[in-house]
Amino acid sequence: MATDTLSNQGHAHGHDHDHHDDHHDTAGTKLFGFWVYLMSDLVIFGSLFATYAVLLTGTAGGPTPDEIFELPFVLVETFLLLFSSFTYGMAVLAMNANQTAKVSRWLWITFALGAAFVAMEVYEFHHLINEGFGPDRSAFLSAFFTLVGTHGLHVTFGLIWILVMLVQLKKQGLTDVTRPRIMCLSLFWHFLDIVWICVFSFVYLMGVL
Amino acid sequence: MFGKLSLEAVPYDEPIIMVTVTAIVLGGLALTGAITYFKKWGYLWKEWITSIDHKKLGIMYFIVALVMLLRGFADAIMMRSQLAMASAGAEGFLPPSHYDQIFTAHGVIMIFFVAMPMVIGLMNLVVPLQIGARDVAFPFLNNLSFWLFAAGVVLVNVSLFVGEFAKTGWLAYAPLSGLDYSPGVGVDYWIWALQISGIGTTMTGINFFVTIIKMRTKGMTMFRLPIFTWTSLCANVLIIASFPILTATIALLTLDRYLGMHFFTTDLGGNMMMYVNLIWAWGHPEVYILILPAFGVFSEVIATFAKKRLFGYNTMVWATVAITILSFVVWLHHFFTMGAGANVNAFFGIMTMIIAIPTGVKIFNWLFTMYRGRLEITSPVLWTLGFIITFTIGGMTGVMLSLPAANFVLHNSLFVIAHFHNVIIGGVVFGMLAGLTYWFPKAFGFTLNEKWGKRSFWCWITGFYVAFMPLYVLSFFGAVRRMQSYNNPEWQPLMIVAWVGALIIAAGIACTLIQFYVSIRDRKQNEDVSGDPWDARTLEWATSSPAPFYNFAHLPEVHGVDGFWEAKKANGGVPPISEPPYQDIHMPKNTWEGPIIALFATIFGFALVWHIWWLAIVGGIGMFATFMARIFNDDVDYYVPAAEVERIEREHRQRLKQKGDLAHSTRLETQS
Repeated sequence: MATDTLSNQGHAHGHDHDHHDDHHDTAGTKLFGFWVYLMSDLVIFGSLFATYAVLLTGTAGGPTPDEIFELPFVLVETFLLLFSSFTYGMAVLAMNANQTAKVSRWLWITFALGAAFVAMEVYEFHHLINEGFGPDRSAFLSAFFTLVGTHGLHVTFGLIWILVMLVQLKKQGLTDVTRPRIMCLSLFWHFLDIVWICVFSFVYLMGVL
Repeated sequence: MFGKLSLEAVPYDEPIIMVTVTAIVLGGLALTGAITYFKKWGYLWKEWITSIDHKKLGIMYFIVALVMLLRGFADAIMMRSQLAMASAGAEGFLPPSHYDQIFTAHGVIMIFFVAMPMVIGLMNLVVPLQIGARDVAFPFLNNLSFWLFAAGVVLVNVSLFVGEFAKTGWLAYAPLSGLDYSPGVGVDYWIWALQISGIGTTMTGINFFVTIIKMRTKGMTMFRLPIFTWTSLCANVLIIASFPILTATIALLTLDRYLGMHFFTTDLGGNMMMYVNLIWAWGHPEVYILILPAFGVFSEVIATFAKKRLFGYNTMVWATVAITILSFVVWLHHFFTMGAGANVNAFFGIMTMIIAIPTGVKIFNWLFTMYRGRLEITSPVLWTLGFIITFTIGGMTGVMLSLPAANFVLHNSLFVIAHFHNVIIGGVVFGMLAGLTYWFPKAFGFTLNEKWGKRSFWCWITGFYVAFMPLYVLSFFGAVRRMQSYNNPEWQPLMIVAWVGALIIAAGIACTLIQFYVSIRDRKQNEDVSGDPWDARTLEWATSSPAPFYNFAHLPEVHGVDGFWEAKKANGGVPPISEPPYQDIHMPKNTWEGPIIALFATIFGFALVWHIWWLAIVGGIGMFATFMARIFNDDVDYYVPAAEVERIEREHRQRLKQKGDLAHSTRLETQS
């Protein structure tokens, strides 16, 4: 161990380099940390999926999955979300090309698609509750509403985050602060897409087929 | 307007609670008055509450944990007194409803608000220093984690005098914790205290995992990490993978209680055994989150005071990793009696026995480190020796419990209580007290008094055996856990012995408090100027005591395990001293947002406990708005000018020199 290594290098490489050396790669650390957060969030979804699997048969005389799921409706939801992942990818490409206005435009489109997804989900939940199939009807419905609703809540937070990002882009443009945030949000958004693929296959497709 | 909350929520008719509350309120007023009188609010706010310095956060975790230890121990002594009295039809002094709250609060407080903050506090204090970093990866989150934990502490303590606490046992098993069987607010306090502090813990896990992976100094490869950092890394992996299960499980229970859902109810398809499975899928890794860092402390202590490199560094690391993985496949041993069938029980029984193997490997590593070392019997070493013996016994009773056939007899008996106190007191508590003594000088710049530390150890270890060995015996005569009174008068003598044991432990806690007082009084004599009072081996001792806020003027470089030890050897037996020139150091700024978010979280939790919906909305909006303020705050870091670093380091060098001159002149005097 030598405590003077850095000072030896410092004079040779100049001031900026020292800060970089001392300070590690902050954007990389942030992204890595966000990955780890996503993995922990995945455990929450894993717990909810497991719960759903256990309670699938707990219909208590209420509706079974194939009686309440409408695949065409859910398919539209799925495509809205998948397409929003694509548009978010376009936003990141625009960011890499340093086109701030374009980033904002793609973020707005992503927001619209995500909002349409959430609106459809709210409609579906509202419809089910109106028919008397609310989450308090049976354990199966509790698990269904909670799993799908948790995903929906995540998307809603993603929407709020997009709005915040748009404001920051307008105020600050693309900086060392906003770029990693856009990348983290990108991870978050694609992550929710993957979780939704699992929801679609595991809950809706397997429920109906 | 105030939901379910009314003046009747205050338990005026319970003299024990009212006396406690009066004492807490008077103590609080005295403390507030003193802070105001000495005009220390600004200092507290600037230097502590808003601090992102990991060392200060570590100290704050420990202070809160020690205060909560007193509360948790008060619960313990009340339980032991009750059981020493309530024999053969006698009712004792605690009615069942109060007794049930006490054993629940005791478990919740000791695990979540004593053991966890001690472990996380030590990680905060030590890990960044051990890896040669200037702070953690996300300093703001670190502050927020602490204050969310504090929010949980506040909610648990508020439940003492506004309403009630859960009467369900520390894990709030469903359906007992459901609305049908626990209509009061006790379980809701449990829910929100754990949910809020648990989210803080998850963030700590992510933060320290990223810190250890990304912030290591030059040359600090994974297989050069100090063992305490390795065990912390594994504990943080466990936090990241298991605490989300707790979050989800508590959320499901919340939905059952607040929105009438049916996850764990006895009707409409609910499955109560799923609750038990989920809560232990978190709960078993949780006990390893507590014990692994304690193993790390013992490894550091024993290598330092035996003046030897730890025996079998690599096997120690792999044993830790093996335990980390295995801890996720043993959870069912907490409820073999569920009736999962012979094959399932056999699998989990065997897995549980297997986990004893890497643990045994560690025991041998410590023993062989001591072998032929020159072991200094300091108080941290005493705690370690006490641990090795006590934990081995506790581990063996654990293997007995892992046999499903034996477990059917021992389940829910006092045997289980004796077993887990055997490993938690002998492992976690001894480990944390050893760590406290060992790293105290690094935090405060002076060592703790050894005489009172050793007295504390002897009281704790004697008290532990006197208090808990009788419980093993009683369990064979049929005594079960969580009973408020019993009919069999033959149990009473051993119950009284156990009560005496608790009193001896109380003396141990008193010794620790006296130790603090004596050490602070004599801090000039016990001053540690060198920064390395134990002639230790790892990087945290390479900087001054207490460490400057930037930890290292120059980031150190390591060339092997025990890098600091090697550097001392290469430098003629003395620590290398950092010399100018210095550079500007990039540091994070303090944050007001962390404590304010936690303040709103406390309001949010309290409002939800009492169904005061408008206040919950205020709390929620408050949290969100404060977080937004943080997001839009760009002024989060600054550079410490090189001149300032130079001034601080020069002062340190002068103190070193004075001490050296002093030692020199005393030597001359004794010669002449």
